[in-house]
Amino acid sequence: MPTKVMDRELKKGSAELLILSLIENRPRHGYEISKLIESRSDGVLRFNVASFYPLLYRLEQRGLIEGRWVEKAGQRRRRYYRLTAEGRKMLKEQRSTWRDFVHAMNQITGAEHA
Amino acid sequence: MPDWSKLIRGRLEGLNLPPTREAEVIEELNQHLNDRYEELMASGAVTEEATRTIVSELDSGGLVAELQPLLRPAPDLPAMGERHAGGRIAQLWRDIRYGARLLRRNPGFATVAILSLALGIGANTAIFQLLDAILLRSLPVDHPEELADVVLTKTEGGRTGWFSGGHPQLTSAMWQEISQEQQGFAHLAAWNMQSLNLTQGGEARYANALWVSGNFFDTLGVRAAHGRSLSPADDQAGCGGAVVISNAFWQREFGGRGDVLGSTLRLEGHPFEIIGITPASFYGVEVGRNFDVALPTCAEPVANSPSRMKNPAGWWLAAIGRLKPGWTAERASAQLASASSGILAATIPSGYDALDRERYLKFQLGVRPAASGVSSLRTEYETPLWLLLAVAGLVLLIACANLANLMMARANSRLREMAVRLALGASPFRLASQMLAESLLLAGIGAAVGAGLAQLLSRLLVSFLSTENSQVFVSLTPDWRVLTFTSGLTLLTAILFGLLPAVQSARTPPGEAMTASGRGTTAGRDRHSMRRALVVSQVALSLVLLVGALLFVRTLQNLEKVETGFHRTNVLVSTMDFTALNIPLPQRTTYRQQILERLRSIPGVDSAAGSNIIPVSGEGWNDNINISEFGIRRAVANFDQVTPGYFRTMRTPLIAGRDFTENDTLASPLVAVVTETFVRKFLHGTNPVGKTFSVVLGDGKPERAYQIVGLVKDVKYSSLREEFTPIVFVSELQDQQPDPYSQVLLRADVPLADVTAAVKKEMAALNPGIVLKFSVFDRIVREGLLRERLMATLSGFFGLLAAILAMVGLYGVVSYMVARRKNEIGIRIALGANALSILGMILREAARLVGIGLATGTVLALFAGTAASAMLFQMKPSDPLTLVTAGASLAAVAVAASLLPAHRAARLDPMQALREE
Repeated sequence: MPTKVMDRELKKGSAELLILSLIENRPRHGYEISKLIESRSDGVLRFNVASFYPLLYRLEQRGLIEGRWVEKAGQRRRRYYRLTAEGRKMLKEQRSTWRDFVHAMNQITGAEHA
Repeated sequence: MPDWSKLIRGRLEGLNLPPTREAEVIEELNQHLNDRYEELMASGAVTEEATRTIVSELDSGGLVAELQPLLRPAPDLPAMGERHAGGRIAQLWRDIRYGARLLRRNPGFATVAILSLALGIGANTAIFQLLDAILLRSLPVDHPEELADVVLTKTEGGRTGWFSGGHPQLTSAMWQEISQEQQGFAHLAAWNMQSLNLTQGGEARYANALWVSGNFFDTLGVRAAHGRSLSPADDQAGCGGAVVISNAFWQREFGGRGDVLGSTLRLEGHPFEIIGITPASFYGVEVGRNFDVALPTCAEPVANSPSRMKNPAGWWLAAIGRLKPGWTAERASAQLASASSGILAATIPSGYDALDRERYLKFQLGVRPAASGVSSLRTEYETPLWLLLAVAGLVLLIACANLANLMMARANSRLREMAVRLALGASPFRLASQMLAESLLLAGIGAAVGAGLAQLLSRLLVSFLSTENSQVFVSLTPDWRVLTFTSGLTLLTAILFGLLPAVQSARTPPGEAMTASGRGTTAGRDRHSMRRALVVSQVALSLVLLVGALLFVRTLQNLEKVETGFHRTNVLVSTMDFTALNIPLPQRTTYRQQILERLRSIPGVDSAAGSNIIPVSGEGWNDNINISEFGIRRAVANFDQVTPGYFRTMRTPLIAGRDFTENDTLASPLVAVVTETFVRKFLHGTNPVGKTFSVVLGDGKPERAYQIVGLVKDVKYSSLREEFTPIVFVSELQDQQPDPYSQVLLRADVPLADVTAAVKKEMAALNPGIVLKFSVFDRIVREGLLRERLMATLSGFFGLLAAILAMVGLYGVVSYMVARRKNEIGIRIALGANALSILGMILREAARLVGIGLATGTVLALFAGTAASAMLFQMKPSDPLTLVTAGASLAAVAVAASLLPAHRAARLDPMQALREE
């Protein structure tokens, strides 16, 4: 499948929503999140270490996610991130905003669902 | 698995993150890169390829730029975090303001701290200021470094002749010869100081006169502030007498009147014309004294009879001058030394016998730097002042130990604050420098208060050192040396008491500190042992100071109690100078007797007698004697010329033979009374009565033979410290050259002030032209002990201060110890321990500390004592009674200090103690 290089601005803007939604149900660590984004988008959206962590820390600074060091038996400790209450609220808002946006885009550009 | 941390750290370096945060970011990114590496390897890449990919991914997205705004800590709390605008100075200022806030919240601590610092720094500064003024300061003239003075470097066998003034280095003849033969000086001037009477008849009032050669003021480069100063033209033989007065004298005597130039000043009854006034800053060349009037040496025979200048063996002049450019004092000294023999050969005093001549020719002259003038104050007080500075320094050290303890106690209560700040990213260095800033603030305030205190203290010191006859005058305005000393001391003090607590706070492990009390932790134990060490050192130093104080106090006591051979209380010394009456020589003895009779008739006067030497006043007269019967040749004995009744007046017991009587006249054989030491030293302890000796008179003249008629108990001659010396008393009535003055000691049953008034009346009735001078004998003796009194008073004060400081320190540490062991004590009490055993437990702990301190202190005191041994009297530095007394007193103080907290421990409520964590 050809890899589409996603427009940078669009990617950045949507990354937040992506990250928030991926940790909605359970906490994940940074690598896991970035890999999930890649796999669930079929490789369209890819972040490497240099572009991903700034996003993550920004979300943490804004209080939308919370990082915690967790030590599991037999493993080195890892930093797991989970949604805060603030983050949940933001996710809900962003989801509905995105849905409206996509709908509007579709209507204008004429993509039709079968 | 490769370790990407180094790589990541390298990228993050520019961010200057706090260490903890940086570590976390590195750890997280490292793991991400590990997972990525595994992924790449799993997909079939080789190590180099995978590594290359990862590195390129790491460097792809402007990681640092993106992270920078995100990871800087929020600048909320003051003085935390790494960099703020303004750099280090602004940071220091912020720290100081923060420290000031903390101090305001703790006024009790601040007061104690500032007070102890003020006292410590103030005392040190005051003493140093005096040392500086006496020892180090240059004369207030141009280029003082060019000044040097001429001295006798070798005087083996001693000098013979008449000595007067404070610095009798040269005779007039020597001065003349030296002026011609010396090569090293561009200008050389002569000077001396003497007291001259301003009144004519009645009680004398003295001015400090400065005899100078004509070129004195030119040599020093001192120009008159008003009128003109003396010039060589004013110093010609047979001069009338133009004089220059000092600014201080002008203000004191003439109220600073504008018309004083050209007016007459009478000295010793002779008129002199005032031609100039020196600037206020010039006080002469003797540090510690201020001159009133400067007279040319040519006028000396006018003021003094007999003249010192005209006496070939009259040692009365000192010489000071400016070295030629390129000449050092050493070079000038060498030159003068080589010219010595010629100079001495040309100036042998006539009247010297062969032995005196031989000795004289072996003397040597030399040159010494004199940038800071000359000073007898210096010789007398240099050692005591250095000792006192050391003592004050020790007190400051003890105060610093106290403060360090206090600061550490405070730091303990701020443990949580420190831990939080460390966890949030403050560096230990920042924490430490914050605490040092606080110490600097405290030290600075203490120094400011101390500086004010120092001005007061140094003035007190100077007035302590001033006596009736010689006022001490030193300039007490702080110069750069004093300011440097004070600033340096302040800085050192701040570091001394601030460093320890600062280092300890910086080493706070955050985890430990965050638990409730931090007690029983390693850090807590370290802190406590540091505090205990401080207290031990405080006790040790206090012991040293107490021992020193006791040694000096007992020295003073010993001197006051020493057997003097006379009774010194209620004796008035009265000098009657009747030079102005011009009584011819043959009638003087009768006149003196007349005066004595009148004085004896005064009601309230128990006894009165004349003596030309006042005991222990520093005056002295000695002569060479021969005792053929015992083969004694040219032995030296001290002499005194007295009237009959002297021994009774002084209450000196007559042991054998008789006193002088009115029948011992010029017509009868010369008689003498000697002391026990004379007998022991020269007569092998045999009965002296009836034995003879003769006084060596010098060149050609026959020896004068005396017969001993009486033996008295030993008396002190020139000072209380010296051993008894052999003394010969001769009779005033047998004096062939009686002086035109009479010195009488009166013992009275009534207050001496009344006697003084009565003497004035009697003498005024006899002849108003008689010049009178009065002193209280007891005061003269006491003034001889001024140095010892200074040491005893000040070291006693400092010793007491040190003991108080040590007590406060010990109290603090024992309280802290009790607080730390509250749990344990609570348990013990709950388990049935009674108050006494708790008390005992605490006191034992305190006793251990004090014991170690006392042991250390004793060793230190023994060492330190040797430094002061020269100043002690009938006391060894290792005197056991002193050591035991000091140790016992300090131990008692320590018990008292520990009792209160120990008592509190014993009365602890166990339930409450156990409830606290």
